[in-house]
Amino acid sequence: MANTQTKAGWPSWLILGLGFLFLYLPIFVLMFYSFNESRLVTVWAGFSTKWYGELFRDDQMMGAVWMSLKIAFLSATMAVALGTMASVALVRFGRFRGKTVFTAMMTAPLVMPEVITGLSLLLLFVTLAQMIGWPAERGMLTIWIAHTTFNMAYVAVVVSARLRELDKSLEEAAMDLGANRLAVFFKVTLPIVAPALFSGWLLAFTLSLDDLVIASFVSGPGSTTLPMVVFSSVRLGVSPKINALATILVLSVAAVSLLGWWLMRRKELQRQKEMRAAYAS
Amino acid sequence: MKGLNLSLLMGAGKRLVMAVPYVWLLLFFLVPFIIVLKISFAEAQIALPPFTDLVEFTDDVLTLSLNLFNYIDLYEYDLYLTGYISSVKIAAAATFIAFLIGYPIAYAIARLPEHSRNLALMLVILPSWTSFLIRIYAWIGLLKNNGLINNFLMWLGIIDEPLIMLHTPFAVYIGIVYAYLPFMVLPIYTNLVKHDGRLLEAAADLGASPVESFFKITLPLSMGGIIAGAMLVFIPAVGEFVIPELLGGPDTLMIGKMLWNEFFNARNWPGASAVAVVMLVLLIIPITIFQRYQAKEAEEAERG
Repeated sequence: MANTQTKAGWPSWLILGLGFLFLYLPIFVLMFYSFNESRLVTVWAGFSTKWYGELFRDDQMMGAVWMSLKIAFLSATMAVALGTMASVALVRFGRFRGKTVFTAMMTAPLVMPEVITGLSLLLLFVTLAQMIGWPAERGMLTIWIAHTTFNMAYVAVVVSARLRELDKSLEEAAMDLGANRLAVFFKVTLPIVAPALFSGWLLAFTLSLDDLVIASFVSGPGSTTLPMVVFSSVRLGVSPKINALATILVLSVAAVSLLGWWLMRRKELQRQKEMRAAYAS
Repeated sequence: MKGLNLSLLMGAGKRLVMAVPYVWLLLFFLVPFIIVLKISFAEAQIALPPFTDLVEFTDDVLTLSLNLFNYIDLYEYDLYLTGYISSVKIAAAATFIAFLIGYPIAYAIARLPEHSRNLALMLVILPSWTSFLIRIYAWIGLLKNNGLINNFLMWLGIIDEPLIMLHTPFAVYIGIVYAYLPFMVLPIYTNLVKHDGRLLEAAADLGASPVESFFKITLPLSMGGIIAGAMLVFIPAVGEFVIPELLGGPDTLMIGKMLWNEFFNARNWPGASAVAVVMLVLLIIPITIFQRYQAKEAEEAERG
């Protein structure tokens, strides 16, 4: 709403207050009770950090954390590579044959129910194993492939939005000054879209860390991810240990995303300042 | 000559940039659906893998056996039909509730001063960056019979006996709205900030009340954002598994949960595939609407 309607009256603040209360209260309650002495999650019996101790002594849980972090790191990295390539192709290459199918395959994973994606990938892996003997067993590799596939769609949303708003005249100027396309891409385009790559990577990392359904379908014996352990424990009822884990997860995600947001904002402000300086001179 | 070689090289590079993600998606996104379709026509068997081959080549005879029983089963067991209908109903109702809550939030953010909009938006998105599973788990503690909401209401003296909320459809609605609310807010906000404030001024000059101009100008103009948000909530909600499993009761039928059980508990892979195929057919129209909208957005962004 351009300029004239930016006055937020008390109804706006009330709505935002209630909205944020709804979004955050359950999470805060969850975190609060992780410091509860009692096993009963809903009855307060005094402050204690014993559940954190129990969490760190739980080898199965810690093993799953490590497994999930590895998969998240690898699949986010691959998804950024593939998602960026796809964005460049979709935004910059104009029309090409098969573009409609390409676009459809890049947007469908955003909404596809996870049970369908999980089942279909599992059946692919089973069929491939029968036909060519690969993948010989399901585990980290198959989860990595599955996560990369849905993550690249999310990365592409973030990166292609950035590519679209990128000022093409900067690239044209560099080309006029004699840089070839490859040099332009690495020296002009990439630095400008770098913040988008970073936030795409973070988004992919958290999505991978979070996935229960798809991983359950495509994992094999010996490759249990964190959400799978959490799920089987939660199914049996609430446990303060899960609250402790949740607190750590929420706080680290909040810290990393706030840091990322702050870094990006600083960089953006600096860039704007430099641009203004460049225009002024 | 050098220039020509370079441009040839660039052409190859361009093709590579396009081909790598394309082939990846073909292999790991499109082909799997074809395999699901194929296996939905197979028969379950106790073996590895637990389904029969469609095409058999024995004694120089090629036999193709398409087994329709998985689909007939779906039709004949009322349970599945009811499951599909109730999934669509629950997802649609939850989407509507998410719209009723999400639209005012998006509207309020769009009216904030420009420098605080991004922070507010970030605060809306932040919960969805923390674990989905854990956010659903949080509601178990709140909704239980001896949970916080019941304890609080009983302490206030509003109720004498705990309200049964967990393992009911009510809990499933809360779970879906809570988990997917950011996906409703985001596209509506993106749409609303682009509106031209002068339209509302003109309407006011012509004597329209704020309420009138909201319903005649703002709401119709934001339809694109509403549709995108609704699809982002509705489509995944239809196939949702975690929420009905953890918050719903045994009588809350949702098709994602039924597919999971068919696969993991009954170990009937062809049956699960048939459930998936029918779900996909059901979702084809909403998915197409969503893709149309995405394409339109991209086009508008490119025009600037």
